Amino acid sequence: MPYVGQAVKRKEDYRFLTGRGAYTDDLTLPGMVHAAFVRSPYAHARIRAIRTEAALKAPGVLAVLTGEDFAREGVKPMPVGWLLPTLKIPPRPVVAKDEVHHVGEIVAVVVAETRAQAEDAALLVEVDYEPLSPAADLRKALAPGAPELHPEAPGNVAFTWEIGDEKAVEEAFAKAHKVVRLSLRQQRLIPNAIEPRASLAAYNPGTGEYTLYTTSQNPHVHRLMHAAFILGIPEPKLRVVAPDVGGAFGSKIFPYPEEAAVLVAARQVGRPVKWAARRTESFLMDAHGRDHETEAEMAFDAEGRVLGLRVRTLANMGAYLSLFAPAIPTYLYGTLLSGQYRIPAIYCHVTGVFTNTTPVDAYRGAGRPEASYILERLMDLAAEEFGVDPADLRRKNFIPKDAFPYATPVALVYDSGNYEEAFQKALELVGYWNLRKEQAELRAKGRYLGIGLSCYIEACGLAPSKVVGQLGAQAGLWESALVRVAPTGKVEVYTGSHSHGQGHETAFSQVVADLLGVSLEDVEIVHGDTGRIPFGMGTYGSRSAPVGLSAVVRAVEKVLDKARRIAAHLLEVAPEDLEYREGRFEVKGVPGKAKGFQEVALQAYLAHNLPEGMEPGLEATAFFDPSNFVFPFGTHVAVVEVFPETGEVKLLRYVAVDDCGPQINPLLVKGQVEGGVVQGIAQALLEEGVYDENGQLLTTSYMEYAMPRAAHIPRIEHGHTVTPSPVNPLGVKGIGEAGTIAAAQAVVNAVMDALRPFGVRHLDMPLTPEKIWRALRDRVPVAAD
Amino acid sequence: MERVAIQVRVNGVEHRHEVEPRTLLVHYLRETLGLTGTHVGCDTSQCGACTVLLDGKAVKSCTLFAVQADGREVLTVEGLSQDGLHPVQEGFREKHGLQCGFCTPGMVMAAYALLQENPNPTEEEVRHYLEGNLCRCTGYQGIVEAVFWAAERMRAAQAAD
Repeated sequence: MPYVGQAVKRKEDYRFLTGRGAYTDDLTLPGMVHAAFVRSPYAHARIRAIRTEAALKAPGVLAVLTGEDFAREGVKPMPVGWLLPTLKIPPRPVVAKDEVHHVGEIVAVVVAETRAQAEDAALLVEVDYEPLSPAADLRKALAPGAPELHPEAPGNVAFTWEIGDEKAVEEAFAKAHKVVRLSLRQQRLIPNAIEPRASLAAYNPGTGEYTLYTTSQNPHVHRLMHAAFILGIPEPKLRVVAPDVGGAFGSKIFPYPEEAAVLVAARQVGRPVKWAARRTESFLMDAHGRDHETEAEMAFDAEGRVLGLRVRTLANMGAYLSLFAPAIPTYLYGTLLSGQYRIPAIYCHVTGVFTNTTPVDAYRGAGRPEASYILERLMDLAAEEFGVDPADLRRKNFIPKDAFPYATPVALVYDSGNYEEAFQKALELVGYWNLRKEQAELRAKGRYLGIGLSCYIEACGLAPSKVVGQLGAQAGLWESALVRVAPTGKVEVYTGSHSHGQGHETAFSQVVADLLGVSLEDVEIVHGDTGRIPFGMGTYGSRSAPVGLSAVVRAVEKVLDKARRIAAHLLEVAPEDLEYREGRFEVKGVPGKAKGFQEVALQAYLAHNLPEGMEPGLEATAFFDPSNFVFPFGTHVAVVEVFPETGEVKLLRYVAVDDCGPQINPLLVKGQVEGGVVQGIAQALLEEGVYDENGQLLTTSYMEYAMPRAAHIPRIEHGHTVTPSPVNPLGVKGIGEAGTIAAAQAVVNAVMDALRPFGVRHLDMPLTPEKIWRALRDRVPVAAD
Repeated sequence: MERVAIQVRVNGVEHRHEVEPRTLLVHYLRETLGLTGTHVGCDTSQCGACTVLLDGKAVKSCTLFAVQADGREVLTVEGLSQDGLHPVQEGFREKHGLQCGFCTPGMVMAAYALLQENPNPTEEEVRHYLEGNLCRCTGYQGIVEAVFWAAERMRAAQAAD
C-alpha cells in the first residue's frame, strides 16, 4: 500500500515524547560560557557613555563588549534581503553604538562562566543615555515635526509602494452603484514560538572556523547572512546548525543581532558562548508581525458584483528593516487583494513607516492574512448594505472554476482553483441556512448568535526565482535536495527545507519510500545543518511541500534513472525494457527476471560491473525552481454567541474546509490547519502587542500578552476538497499558513454578525470583552426585522 | 555564593548535590542532572513547558527552588516510561498531539497528572486542566484527543488488573 495519502504516525515523535529532543538550549559544549545582553530601556535615546568596569570585576565575567568593540571588529549592520525601488535602509547595528531606536535594542554583551553570573554582571553595566523624543505610533511618526529615527529616512518613511491601475479603479468607482468603506487596524502580533530563540557559538582559532547552533528555519540563509554580510568571513568558515527547533511561525527566518554577537564573543573569549532568550527578550526582540492601518473601499454594481477595490495602508516597520520586512506589506499583501473574487480593477498604495518599536517581519501568513481580512470584512459590510446574505454576495463574485489559470489585476496568475466547491462544502458542514433560522429565533429572545464566513486564498512557494528577483528579492526561491543511497539500499535524503514542527521527516519519507518502493524505515531525512545539507532556502511561506519536496522528487528521479541503467546492464537488456515496481527492476514480459533496488545499490558501490564509462555510487542532487506560486484556498465558518452584558464571545463552532491539493499525510494537514486556525482565532479575540506613547512595550510576558489556551478553543471541524496544482510534480499546495490566513476574519465577521442588531459596524481586533462591552453600553438592540 | 546540600530522588534515582539557594528546580534538572527534556519557555510559570511531578503532583519546575525538592521525589518526562512509551505518550503520537515537540514534555506530564487524579475526564475538564500549558503548534485539538485515547487505554489496563 502506498504511504502517500495515509495518516502515517510521525517518525519524529519518539524523541520528543521521551524528552530526547535536542533543542539549542539543551546543547552543551566543553568549556561553554554564557552571554547576557544589556538592552536599551528607552525607545529612543543617544548613548553618551558606557562604563563597564564594575561589570568586568564581577565574579565569573570574561568580557564585556560594546558597540565600539563590534565597530572595531568590522562587524557590519544587519542586511536587508528584499529591495523596493524607494526603500531607505538605515543601518541596524548588531550592538548599538551611538543611538538606540527601540526598547530592547542591544547595548552591550556580557560573557561569564555561568548564566546567572552573566545576568548579574549585565546589571552592573552603566549606560549614560540622553533620552530623545520617540515616534512610537504610526500616525505620530508621519505627523509634521515628528521626531525622526534615521537621517536616511526623512519623515520616517521607509518606502512607498503601489500596485494596480489607479485610473481604472477611479473609473470603476465613478460608475459604481454602491461603495463600501472601511477603516481598520491590523494589530501588532508577537509570534511566540514556545521555544525561545537561543544560540550557541564556537570558534576554532586553529582553523578559523565557526560553528553556530541556533534556532533557525533556514540555516543556509543564516550562514550566508552572518558570514558574508555581517562578519565578513568566507561562508565555508561558518557552519550553522539548527537542531530541533521548537516552533517558529516566521520568527526564526531572520538573522538576529544576538547570533552575530555570540559568534563575535566566542572568538573574543576563545570559548563556546551560549545565549538563550528569556521570554521577555523574545517579546522585545523577535520580529513582530502585522501592524497596519488601512482605508479600504470596494465598489459594486447594482447587482452586487464587485467593480473595483482601492486600499491605502500604513505599514509599521518598526525601528529598522528586518531581513524580509519590505516584502511583507507589499508583494505578499497587495498582490493578494483579489482573493477568491473576480475584481476587474484593484489599486493598492502602501507607505512603510519607521517607528521606535521592535522591527516587524513575516509572521505566519505574512501579508496574506492582512489582505484576506480586508476583503472578507468588506464582503460582509457590503452584504449588509445590499440587504443580502453574505453567502449569496460571495457566491456571486467567485472566480469560476473554468477560469484558471486566472490572471488578477495585481500581478498574480492563480494556478488552479474551485472556490464554489469548497464554499458549498463548508456551508453544508456547518448547516448554514439552518443556523440563519436559529439565529433569527434566538435574536427574538435576546440572544446574539453570529455566523462568520471567510473565503481565503494564499500564495505559497514563491517562484520562479527570475520573477521574484525582478520584484526585489535578493535570493533565489528554489529548493535543493540530495538523495544518497547507501550500499545496502537504505536512503538518506538531504533537504534544504527545514522542519520545526511540520513533520518533514515523516511526510518526505512517505514520498521517497513510495517512489523507490522501499519501506518508510529505510528512509532518513536530514535537514538543518549546513555541514551536511546542500545549499537551500529553508522553510517559510508554506514552501516545503510544493518546492522542497519537489526538489526531493527530482533527485529521486535522477537516482532511479541511474539505478535503471545499472539494472539494465546487469540484466543485459535495454533500460526501456525495464519496469520499476515495488523496489524491483523487472524485465517487461519476463516474470522473475529482475534486480532488486538493494542489489543495484550494492553494485553501484562495488563498481565491479557497471556500464562502460559510468561513475560509481548512487546519489543525485536536484534544484527545483517552480514555474509559479501555488494557491491553496478554502472557506472557514465561525459560529459565536456574544453576551452583551459582559462583552464576552463564546466560540460555538468552527468549520474549516481547505484545499491544498493532494494530501501527503492527512494527519499532518489536520494538525497544520488546527494550529493555524487557533493562531487566527487568537488574533481575532486575544492577542495584541501594545506600546505606550513612549514606545514602552507593555506586553512583555504571558501575564500581559493573551495567548490562546486549551479552554479558549472549540473543536475544529474539517472538510477538504482536492484541486491539484499544475506547477509541481506532486500537484501539492502548502497548508502551513492556511488556518491563520482564514480564521481571524471568520471570527470577526461572526462577532459583527452577532452585534448587527446593536448597529455596531466594525470593531478592530482583538475583540476583547472590554472592547465589545464598551461598544454596546450605550446602545439598545434594534428589533429583528 | 553559599551552597546548600540537597538530596532528591529523580526518576527513581537518588541524587545528592550542593546548589545555590537561588537555583530553580528546572535548572537543577537540566544543568546539574542533564535531564533536558524539561524545558523553559517563559520564566513566569505561565507556559508549563517545565511541568514535572513532585511527590506525584504536577508542578512548574521554574516556580520552585531546587532546595524545595530536598528530600522529595521528582518525576520528569525521561522517567515516565522505562520501556517504550507510556500510554499518555502513545496517545500523543496516535492523535498527533505534538508538532515541534517543545511544549510536549510539560504537556505529557500535565496530562499524566490529570489522569492520575481523574481517570475519566470530560472534554471541559481536560481543557480546563491543561490551561496552564501553552502549545503554539497544535491548537490543542490533538492534545485533547491524545488525553482521551490515553484515558481509555489506562482504564482498560486498570480493569484488566
